[in-house]
Amino acid sequence: MTFMADVHSNATATAVARRKVLERLRTTDGIFRGLTLSSAYFVLILLGAIFASLVVGGYLAFKTFGFSFLTTEVWNPVTEQFGALAAIYGTLITSAIAMIVAVPISIGIAVFLTELCPMSLRRPIGIAIELLAGVPSIIYGIWGLFFFAPMIQQYVQPELIAAFKDVPVLNQLFAGPPYGIGILTSGLILAMMVLPFVTAVCRDVFETVPPVLKEAAYGMGWTTREVVRNVVIPYTRVGIIGGVMLGLGRALGETMAVTFVIGNAHRISASILAPGTTISATIANEFTEAVGDIYTSSLIALGLILFFITFIVLALARLMLMRIEKKAGA
Amino acid sequence: MALDIAKYRRRRLRSTITVGLCWAASGLGLTILAVILATLLYKGVAGLGLKVFTEMTPPPGSDGGLLNAIAGSLVMTFAGVIVGTPIGILAGTYLAEYGRYSKVSSVIRFINDILLSAPSIVTGLFIYELLVRPMGHFSAFAGAAALAVLVIPTVVRTTENMLLLVPNQLREASSALGLPQSLVIRKVAYKAARAGMITGVLLAVARVSGETAPLLFTALNNQFWSTNLNAPMASLPVVIFQYALSPYEDWQRLAWTGALLITAAVLTLSIAARWLSSSRTQQ
Repeated sequence: MTFMADVHSNATATAVARRKVLERLRTTDGIFRGLTLSSAYFVLILLGAIFASLVVGGYLAFKTFGFSFLTTEVWNPVTEQFGALAAIYGTLITSAIAMIVAVPISIGIAVFLTELCPMSLRRPIGIAIELLAGVPSIIYGIWGLFFFAPMIQQYVQPELIAAFKDVPVLNQLFAGPPYGIGILTSGLILAMMVLPFVTAVCRDVFETVPPVLKEAAYGMGWTTREVVRNVVIPYTRVGIIGGVMLGLGRALGETMAVTFVIGNAHRISASILAPGTTISATIANEFTEAVGDIYTSSLIALGLILFFITFIVLALARLMLMRIEKKAGA
Repeated sequence: MALDIAKYRRRRLRSTITVGLCWAASGLGLTILAVILATLLYKGVAGLGLKVFTEMTPPPGSDGGLLNAIAGSLVMTFAGVIVGTPIGILAGTYLAEYGRYSKVSSVIRFINDILLSAPSIVTGLFIYELLVRPMGHFSAFAGAAALAVLVIPTVVRTTENMLLLVPNQLREASSALGLPQSLVIRKVAYKAARAGMITGVLLAVARVSGETAPLLFTALNNQFWSTNLNAPMASLPVVIFQYALSPYEDWQRLAWTGALLITAAVLTLSIAARWLSSSRTQQ
């Protein structure tokens, strides 16, 4: 009898213990899920908070200057007159130069890596190009200032000025003197920096092309150029555009490298050899020295404009890359 | 027939030219990397010596090293990664495990990818508004916070990708044994994806340790040794920025040495990360 009772009470004890363990598991389960969920929402909150802080910080500038903040070129800390136009122009033009230079080269490298390169070299060369993306932007800056800009000043700019001296429109675009630093140099440095990003995306989307399509085309007697032009690129067009936009987003927001070589001049020049400024370079250069609320606020307002532009560009890039991912998945 | 052969030759020629241009593009890319690294070595090795690691940043015209800047970079990077990594891993876990197919997840994924490429200088402005202005002074805390903001999206991305690679059978098998979902994730999925997740953290460290823009007006700079997290702190990238643009030759030399150090560290980290992830995929 006592034995049975013992068993019975043991059984209840185990049941109680088991319920306790299960209860604890359920609680930790809930806690863990809650933690992951709130962390995920934190990402959303982060973006909202960044936008909100920039709006709050830049409010004074927008209130004071109104819409003309976007359309005036004057940037005068002494008279406290601020306009973003020169910086916006510099940002757009340097990024445009960067993309014009970087996109064809990136596509070339991606074609090389997916179609031409011997298998054994694909990985090392791919990694080397990716390392280019790993080099911190300040390194591009110091290298650009002490190595690249003097080289451009000595060998490239005089040639450009001489070559286009008598061509009507282009002689304005390439007007001297050769400073070395300036819009063109910044654009070229940016091109080197976005190159690995565009290349990586292009390589990835080129690899989504079904081999059957390419084999069929080669089987019809097409040359490599014709296969790339008529099969690979049309098939991956959306992805390439996505990659280009991703690179553009990088170029627009790049700070340190440009700060070194742009020359920091708040004016819009017809010549791309002249010094200029970009939004990010202006902020990096002037923020710690900005005296007075309106100066600081104007710089934060510049940051808001930059964030807004890059947000749109990057969002478009994502949407396009999502489309090609869907295509590859289907 | 003769016409056709001419046309064929032309097609061949054009193709050869295109192929040649692709080779040239790749050569150019590799040349740029080689030239940058060679310049860094050439200019940076000259100033390299024991002093760099044992002395503080000097005033212009006198001897010194980069000790406080190196220490500051290590401290702020470490703090930023310590704060950012758990949040990133947890958020990535939600995207890959609990909310893999939910609507919110795709929005978060989208936003995260944008944050991943967003200009880092904007992060600096954000932390300035959030921490520096209310506190009334620059501090290493603010610098670390700005770096943490950059760590999060990188870690979210890699964590999610790595967890998605874990075969579902593993999860199903452990669920069938009665494991609650949080344990399935922590004991099974995390273990299977560990190498990849560590890779993600290493890549995040590599990325933030070279960042300058977010530190400029959060941690500012400090010419002296400081371990006070509530005060401005030096960091290698900011010191490079300041010294490279100065007119003093010995400052510029130190800037090059710092540049060499930071590039070596960052590239070693990213190669290590790649090696780690490739050794895992080969298993």
